[in-house]
Amino acid sequence: MPKDHGIGASQKRREDVRFLTGRGRYTDDINLPGQAYVAFVRSQVAHGILKGVDTSAAEASPGVLRVFTGKDFEGVGGLPCGWQVTDRFGQPMQEPAHPVLAQGKVRHVGEIIAAVVAETYEQARDAAEKVVPDIEELPAVVDMRAALADDAPKVHDDLKNNLCYDWGFVEENREAVDEAIRNAPHVTTLELVNNRLVPNAMEPRVAIGDYNPGTDESTLYTTSQNPHVIRLLMGAFVLGIPEHKLRVVAPDVGGGFGSKIFHYAEEAFCTFAARQLKRPVKWTAQRWESFMSDAHGRDHVTKIELALDKEGNFLAVRTETLANLGAYLSTFAPSVPTWLHGTLMAGNYKTPLIYVNVKAVFTNTVPVDAYRGAGRPEATYQLERVIDKAARELGMDPIEIRRKNFITEFPYQTPVALVYDTGNYHCTMDKLIEIADLDGFEARRKASEEKGLLRGLGVNCYIEACGIAPSNLVGQLGARAGLYESATVRVNATGGVVVMTGAHSHGQGHETTFPQVIAEMIGIDESMVEIVHGDTANTPMGMGTYGSRSIAVGGAAMVRAAEKVIAKATKIAAHLMEAAPEDIELKGGEFIVKGTDKRIAWGDVCLAAYVPHNYPLEELEPGLEETAFYDPANFTFPAGAYACEVEVDPETGKVTIDRFAAADDFGNVINPMIVDGQVHGGLGQGIGQALLEGCVYDENGQLLTGSYMDYAMPRASNLPFFTVDHSCKTPCTHNPLGVKGCGEAGAIGSPPAVVNAVIDALHRAGHTHVTHIDMPLTPARVWQAIHG
Amino acid sequence: MYEFEFARPTSLAEALAALKAEDAQPLAGGQTLIPTLKQRLASPSVLVSLSAIEELKGVRREGDTLCIGAATTHAEVAREAAAHYPALAALAGGIGDPAVRNRGTIGGSLANNDPAACYPAAVLASGATVVTNAREIAADDFFQGLFTTALEEGEIITEVRFPIPQAANYQKFEQPASLFALVGVFVARFADGVRVAVTGASEEGVYRWESAEEALSKEFRPDALMGLRMNPANMIHDIHGTKEYRAHLVGVLTRRAVAAARG
Amino acid sequence: MAQVSMTVNGKPVTGEVEGRTLLVDFLRNGLGLTGTHVGCDTSQCGACVVHVDGRAVKSCTMLALEAEGAEVKTIEGMANPDGSLSVIQQAFQDHHGLQCGFCTPGMVMSAAALLAENPKPTEAEIRHYLDGNLCRCTGYHNIVKAILAASGQDVSIAAE
Repeated sequence: MPKDHGIGASQKRREDVRFLTGRGRYTDDINLPGQAYVAFVRSQVAHGILKGVDTSAAEASPGVLRVFTGKDFEGVGGLPCGWQVTDRFGQPMQEPAHPVLAQGKVRHVGEIIAAVVAETYEQARDAAEKVVPDIEELPAVVDMRAALADDAPKVHDDLKNNLCYDWGFVEENREAVDEAIRNAPHVTTLELVNNRLVPNAMEPRVAIGDYNPGTDESTLYTTSQNPHVIRLLMGAFVLGIPEHKLRVVAPDVGGGFGSKIFHYAEEAFCTFAARQLKRPVKWTAQRWESFMSDAHGRDHVTKIELALDKEGNFLAVRTETLANLGAYLSTFAPSVPTWLHGTLMAGNYKTPLIYVNVKAVFTNTVPVDAYRGAGRPEATYQLERVIDKAARELGMDPIEIRRKNFITEFPYQTPVALVYDTGNYHCTMDKLIEIADLDGFEARRKASEEKGLLRGLGVNCYIEACGIAPSNLVGQLGARAGLYESATVRVNATGGVVVMTGAHSHGQGHETTFPQVIAEMIGIDESMVEIVHGDTANTPMGMGTYGSRSIAVGGAAMVRAAEKVIAKATKIAAHLMEAAPEDIELKGGEFIVKGTDKRIAWGDVCLAAYVPHNYPLEELEPGLEETAFYDPANFTFPAGAYACEVEVDPETGKVTIDRFAAADDFGNVINPMIVDGQVHGGLGQGIGQALLEGCVYDENGQLLTGSYMDYAMPRASNLPFFTVDHSCKTPCTHNPLGVKGCGEAGAIGSPPAVVNAVIDALHRAGHTHVTHIDMPLTPARVWQAIHG
Repeated sequence: MYEFEFARPTSLAEALAALKAEDAQPLAGGQTLIPTLKQRLASPSVLVSLSAIEELKGVRREGDTLCIGAATTHAEVAREAAAHYPALAALAGGIGDPAVRNRGTIGGSLANNDPAACYPAAVLASGATVVTNAREIAADDFFQGLFTTALEEGEIITEVRFPIPQAANYQKFEQPASLFALVGVFVARFADGVRVAVTGASEEGVYRWESAEEALSKEFRPDALMGLRMNPANMIHDIHGTKEYRAHLVGVLTRRAVAAARG
Repeated sequence: MAQVSMTVNGKPVTGEVEGRTLLVDFLRNGLGLTGTHVGCDTSQCGACVVHVDGRAVKSCTMLALEAEGAEVKTIEGMANPDGSLSVIQQAFQDHHGLQCGFCTPGMVMSAAALLAENPKPTEAEIRHYLDGNLCRCTGYHNIVKAILAASGQDVSIAAE
């Protein structure tokens, strides 16, 4: 019988009721009395000298309260970067200033030149059209290789060049790797592009700044995955507002996928303008603004070489990557192509020698930062593609070559710094073969052939590192933030529990899963537990939700706080029952003196804590509320094996995903239904990257895919039902729940499966000249590859 | 959107009078016009809605002709034309998405003449007649290039009359983002010959593929197109497909349309 | 400004709007019915889908004045009269057909329109009908499954 309660139960989500009845409270649903609206004037050129901005006509436009330009922000800090990468020569990365409103230059289409605040949005928009920027256009730098040329125009005049950093990892391995590749019996080489993506959470970003002159307090309502991080960055580094005078609220948030981690100019602007105007100032992104102002994802160009012996044992991996950072450093941008990418290049395999080189480049494009998977999809894609190519070259089965190289003993120290605490890659591969019905492939292939379609099978593995930590280590790696998580567990006098977590739910279902853990620990019903998140005023300082960290780090913090609560409650129970605390156990919502029939209900103990008449006041404070900060000892390492079957129409090049199976090891699982849903969503995004999505700039830095008319989002009709399984469980060894995180797996593991499948289909049909096609595998590209 | 006045007349005569105002513009289903207004790419002084004019709505059959009121939505055409002209109904049922089909109208689509829209292919391949408040315009004369038609200022489409072919089929290869046609081919076989119209492909908008018509008029089989190749020179080239790819698709889709029309 | 009157979720309403006021803005800002969302500006995402005279339309691509005299139904009007979730809403919860919830109102409205037209749609028909509704969270798996379930059909085809 599946559980219906506590850890492991597929409980229905409590948050669904409000979302299904139109009672969610998203940021744009908030309207404050006296609210004004801002329309931003955004650069229409990618690169130019901003000689001046004529705001006079806009200022005279009806309803306008004030027009802001870069001049108004001269005394204000720039948007900070939260991670400093050190290059392979020991030097810090080049770190340009990142003004809130453009100062002196514009560096990408969409950069904010001016902001018009008016009584209504349409008035602000009307007036914004009357703002006249005086821009001397400069040649744009779009292509990364061109950006690194000696004579390339510089995105930032005060930097040496457009190279943010040249990172080598592990630098000490460089020569050994070179030598291994020189001497290897076989080297497979692949050059590929990891296509630039636009995150496209369905809720566009919104910011509302509010200011109370009576108390000198500012409040920002924003679509954020991490309100405390925004409070810290914006308060301390941009606007100089002390944290106790600044509240950041991220209410219901309509998806993030990384794009709502970062501190954006619009947030700082609305907070700043509200203080200036002493009125609330609201901005709601139009989707066209999202395309040119939300941080983009991926955008790597990579050459990977895999050295093997004749038996297919991996000897060495060497990669060279150009990573596009866009025009400015977004909050965590430098970490993505480095520590979140290079460290994953061992994959699931015992490759002894690995060297990763990454050159991160400034271009006149929207800043690029973490997007679902963040560095790990880029690592997985190149590795799993080159392995597939190598198997083909050596005439080996793609599954067997992987199995041959699997890491099987744990803990395992990779040559790229990580220590995998646990895993079982054969288990997920075995499970995949079963759930994907690989034995039935040949029959399905024949059926496709009869319809004139080419069926192919792509298989790959992935590993990811979640819950990035510990803080002291990431500090050494350049992080300018801690990566712990926090929770306060407050028990009310009548036994109900409120958990205030620093994690933030924007679709992950924390309001359902976190109570399942508390319910399991105490033995009470989930309905007695409430989760509070998303408001710096009533949650402890936390780092928020990204990188599949909520349950592994935030959940662990909650467990630690709950353990403290239970320890104290046990002492109270011991006092009430006149027993020793060590003789008492908490079971089914009751404290029981072991070996006796003496018991006292959870609620009675809680009441005693707040009505401490019969209470050991000399030893214990009244009340029952504890806070814990949890800083993990290591990452967690979810891993799995994925299989994709496609049908390719050889006449049109159209690829249809017919089947997709995912076998994952997430360690312990709190709510299997929600985990399935997380995997489904990741698969949708990964398949979207593989087949449909691609952000394209022209050579002048104009965004060609600036709306849903040209940027192809996956639709229901592009995807099949998925077959997912997470019954292989190797629990994480170092967090109290044994959990690993599941939010990004689907997006990390699926792109290579799709591409491998298409290449397989073409090879089976005799198109053996096609060794690679860059994503997205549009019909035109596939057709071109067949006929090219 | 810029500010504009709004009028919603209930008769054609009132609509025509309202459209006499300077910079007045008719509003059909609005599924293209409203997004255009949101982008501030148009600034009408008055928008004259055609949605309340009953005389512009409905599907009726007159002998071998199917007459469709200009303000009839795609969804209504999909439902009501199905028994009379299935290929046309199927085309209408494949435009955009269901919510778009509940608002968008045939008249609005034709007047806009988007080079990737579906309806122009049906109208041209069927040799339909576009009826306006002022005159009747043959399909061959109506479409005049990208977003350009024979319509005069203030002239509005009232009805489209489709001769019903013996057999017909529309093959649409979707542009995956917009769901417009990357290439769409409508093949219609009449007693006196076959007409083939192509949308989405050409820089000059919807056009007839005459050599295919000639070949198919002799022999209405996919094989009749063997050896025929669309010249890519005037094809659209964009991020979704090259000229060569579009030219190739025209051939593939025409063959498929013929095969499907043969049943 | 002009006056517009319509029936929203069974209640007659009247409001002052501009010619350029979209139906969605009238619902959200004029009536405070914030369940209907805006996710794009090119009429693709479908977060704004409502029913006008029984048909699904994108309320971000319809002027408020075009709804004069119409019967409009929004997500706020979808629950049963006693406040419990309707069959479709319940199926979305039962099958985890939503995550962040932002696209959900439009999904539910489209699903209701589909089942009104076609009470037993196939999987392919459901997927095709959702061409105008984008979801970034679910990969659509559980949305399609929920709609199959709401139509009383077997959902075993959608393995977990």
